[in-house]
Amino acid sequence: MIAAIVVFAYLAAVLYIGIFAFRTGRRSSSAEDYFLAGRSLGPAVFLLSLFGANMTAFSILGASGHSFANGIVTFGLMASSSALVIPVSLLVIGTRLWAFGKRHGFMTPVQMFRDRWECGHIGTVIFAVQAALLVPYIIIAVVGGGTTLATVTDGLVPYPIGGAIVALVIMTYVFLGGMRGTAWVNAFQTILFLLFGTIAMVTIAHGMGGFRAAVASMLAAPETAPLLTRERVSPLYFISYTFIPLSSIAFPHIAIFCMTTKRLSHSRKTIVLYPICMIAIWLPSVFLGVVANRATDVPAIAAKLDARITLSSPASADLSPAERGRLQAVAGGDDVILRLVQGYAPTALAALLAAAVLAAVMASDSQILALSTMFTEDVFAYYGGRRRFGERVQVATGRTFVVGVTLVAYLVALSTPASIFALATQYAFAGYAGLTPLLVAALFWRGSTKWGALATAVWSGAAVLGVAAVQNAVPAPPQGQEVAVLSIAGVDLVTRVASGTMSLGFLPVVPITILSAILMVVVSKLTPSSRPAGETLERYFPSQRLRPLS
Amino acid sequence: MRPTLSFARGLWYYVGAFFMSRIAATLIVLGLYALHQDVWFWNDATPLVFGVLPIGLFYHVAYTIVTAVVMAVLVKTCWPSHLDSETEASASEPARTQRGIEVPARQRVEGSAGPKPSGSQ
Repeated sequence: MIAAIVVFAYLAAVLYIGIFAFRTGRRSSSAEDYFLAGRSLGPAVFLLSLFGANMTAFSILGASGHSFANGIVTFGLMASSSALVIPVSLLVIGTRLWAFGKRHGFMTPVQMFRDRWECGHIGTVIFAVQAALLVPYIIIAVVGGGTTLATVTDGLVPYPIGGAIVALVIMTYVFLGGMRGTAWVNAFQTILFLLFGTIAMVTIAHGMGGFRAAVASMLAAPETAPLLTRERVSPLYFISYTFIPLSSIAFPHIAIFCMTTKRLSHSRKTIVLYPICMIAIWLPSVFLGVVANRATDVPAIAAKLDARITLSSPASADLSPAERGRLQAVAGGDDVILRLVQGYAPTALAALLAAAVLAAVMASDSQILALSTMFTEDVFAYYGGRRRFGERVQVATGRTFVVGVTLVAYLVALSTPASIFALATQYAFAGYAGLTPLLVAALFWRGSTKWGALATAVWSGAAVLGVAAVQNAVPAPPQGQEVAVLSIAGVDLVTRVASGTMSLGFLPVVPITILSAILMVVVSKLTPSSRPAGETLERYFPSQRLRPLS
Repeated sequence: MRPTLSFARGLWYYVGAFFMSRIAATLIVLGLYALHQDVWFWNDATPLVFGVLPIGLFYHVAYTIVTAVVMAVLVKTCWPSHLDSETEASASEPARTQRGIEVPARQRVEGSAGPKPSGSQ
């Protein structure tokens, strides 16, 4: 009960920040103020909010759940690779994005694509692909919110209601506060998480009798020792994951963040401190997920370990699909960090820690706002809505879109069986990594054309749909086995494994990104007559004014 | 000036210029990427650093810290500061669309730059 009160107090605080941002910004009803906070975000808020936007259900619940099942490899898969790729993307791509956004008044990447490639409806297709790919990322926030509230209240707030409450709170403060409210809430959530995350580590370590003892006993047991190494994944699988962070800069909410800083120099600290932020979030999540395998005195975790043993035994082949599904749900690790907090922290502290976890889980606000910004700018305004109805109606349309998107994400989240980690990596990240060549070509390659852009966008969307179709049509085999889905000349091109779909031993993100880049080059080369006019190219690649990065 | 001193200064100049060049930055980033694929600690859990961190996990934490240091160097040496000043300067100027029409930057947000080009897709 105490846990529920603290968590709901936290939700009320977040709502108040949204209302405060609404009051602060209501003197201005312009779209730029609502969607970009008047391009006025300072360096501290920019760092904290960008960090908060990356600190999601994926990096807290998903990371601990993945490491609970797979061990320390999770940190190398996502955290250290992101620590390199994302700052480099911000330095190379983000700075140019800022310059063009500021210089030409762009609010969304599609506005830039339309201007850069002198296209109209192709921009709408890119918007549709971006919007569709962003929905899975919003879904994981609802899944995370539902899981968190159901866990901390011991089922008093069931998963569907918990998901609805979290979705409603996010929707409300985004609806009212726009970019200003979202940035402030993200900054608040990041501070809260970093503060209470440290307390959680100390408390859980104390409860487990010290991490040294836990790790030593894991090392001594043959069934848990492999979790302290990376022997459960192949090097090809490991390399695949370095493609995932490429998606970061292509995510519209990150691109829009890049466009919102007041001055370019404000992002310098973000680039330098980003790797440290990755350690601050991912190391506790991964480490706690791994050592949870020794927390057998927590009943919910003991049940997970029992379910995992049953699933990996030879007798699991005889299990019915329904029973297998039930055991997979029990063994799932998305709630493992919450179970640790519940098992080892005093009730009041557990509630505060749960609120901190919820803070991270709720970071999908940026994505929802980005979708709303994209819809109003790339569709409503582009097709004449602003000219006919004015900026007030444009902002109202954006707010209505926020409600619609959240509702769709909520309804899909109710029926999704996939883990948070799988949802993010197989769909959202893979698709956006495929869209990265679009951004690179627009900013750095004079020879790219709108047809190359169209081919890249359509391929990325279709490939992710293909992955979804395979995963729905072919049931997941038991751990360690694989089912061939597409074979040519005896070579298994596409296979289904327990964690998702693979292509030639790589995650789908690898072929999606490489083929996307190839399509951009080949189709652009085949359509040289569609290159933009010289004056347009001169605005993007001026011979003197915009020197290359050096 | 003695020839050896002149040579040393010249060498220092070229080494400094190299490390501030795009090629050097690219090589450093590619080197870091290669170091991420650490097959050497693949199957080892020991030694446990500080008694708790398996060596594979410690390597990647250390790698991430090194990445932050490299980012600080890259931001210092490769920062495109010209974008900031040029953008500030151009923001006050009316820009010209592909049809040669002068449009203030703020107005060109709607749709694309100025009037939609004929035959746009």
